[in-house]
Amino acid sequence: MGGADMNTIKQLFVILIGSSLVNNVVLSQFLGLCPFLGVSKKIKTAAGMGTAVIFVITLASGVAGVIYRFVLQKFGLEYLQTIVFILVIAALVQFVEMFLRKCMHTLYEALGVYLPLITTNCAVLGVALTNVQKEYGILTGMLNGFATAVGFTVSIVILAGLREKMEYNDIPKPFRGMPAVLLTAGLMAIAFCGFSGLL
Amino acid sequence: MSEWKADRPAERLYNGLIKENPTFVLMLGMCPTLAVTTSAINGLGMGLTTTVVLMMSNLLISMLRKAIPNRVRIPAFIVIIASFVTVVQLLLEAYLPALNSSLGMYIPLIVVNCIILGRAESYAYSHGMIASFFDGLGMGLGFSVALTCIGAVREILGAGKLFGYGFLPDSFVPISIFGLAPGAFFVLAGLSALQNALRNRKAAQKKWKDGSGENADDLPEGCGQDCTACGMTGCSSHGRFYDTEG
Repeated sequence: MGGADMNTIKQLFVILIGSSLVNNVVLSQFLGLCPFLGVSKKIKTAAGMGTAVIFVITLASGVAGVIYRFVLQKFGLEYLQTIVFILVIAALVQFVEMFLRKCMHTLYEALGVYLPLITTNCAVLGVALTNVQKEYGILTGMLNGFATAVGFTVSIVILAGLREKMEYNDIPKPFRGMPAVLLTAGLMAIAFCGFSGLL
Repeated sequence: MSEWKADRPAERLYNGLIKENPTFVLMLGMCPTLAVTTSAINGLGMGLTTTVVLMMSNLLISMLRKAIPNRVRIPAFIVIIASFVTVVQLLLEAYLPALNSSLGMYIPLIVVNCIILGRAESYAYSHGMIASFFDGLGMGLGFSVALTCIGAVREILGAGKLFGYGFLPDSFVPISIFGLAPGAFFVLAGLSALQNALRNRKAAQKKWKDGSGENADDLPEGCGQDCTACGMTGCSSHGRFYDTEG
């Protein structure tokens, strides 16, 4: 294997670790907080949401990358990226939902509930914009999207596990509900700061 | 404020700033709230940028409310909002490059801020132009005040400064965690615990007064409960992009 290949693999590995753990999408970039706080009551639903997010973000960053490269860049319309990306993502989510309902019913039953919620998940748009900002190619962008979504899934499943245990705790009354979850998320964010030495 | 007439500019401003403050009362738009409030000036910049977008999108949506068909209203709202966000982003790039680089990616992400879509759907689409404009202004200012306050708390605790000026004695040791990501969660946790405490007390007083009163535990708990606060006021009441059944 040549030196150039090794460098490419190293760069891809850096993206994979960097986007999933070091710059965790929820805990250090604060994208996708709504589902993170809202759908993290049970491990099962959290894992379902995570899977749906992995699926949609990987697909959306691929489609957004193709449109950016072959439509926007070709005609010099880069400044339209925000408008185009948000429409592409919203339409894509709708389309995926219809496709799954018609053709892959078991998968639809597992993910269907979460799909409409993902349209408002700012992480999807965030990844598409990051890919443009960092000038990733289409496949690299998809890998970045996948890694980001894995980071989201890891953190939402961990939070759900902690929340299931916290059900039985005696928490002071004003801190019950949201504040306790936010404190837990803050402690998780401190733990994830530890990953910053990895790269 | 029952003596104020509904949908008057002053009533809309009061509603956005105090009564239905988007951050402290409705708990909408948490992503930018946590991400950009590392200092008071960043919070203020983000708040004012959002205010401009919110005013203009409310005004235009209210103007076009008779022309936009009900079934495609959400895509139409998104296009209008995204256009204003792009305009504002280009203006910031040209005239305030420092603010633009410190807010970075969170400026284009104003598009997915649930406050803006929420106001378009629940207010501007069904009210007149002037009322909608002032509704946007009130909500935007309420958001700006909230972001500036959170930013000020984080800046004072995390760096010992306010708007970039150090005013505390040298013996104060900054708690740098408040400037970093975890600090954002802690400040918001404290804030919403305070909100819960006030609401519990209010509910208890009401119960004591007329013997009925709502139980504090039954009240909705802002954004976090089942994602409906964002998902539903946000993208659409059916949770769908288009109204496929309609």
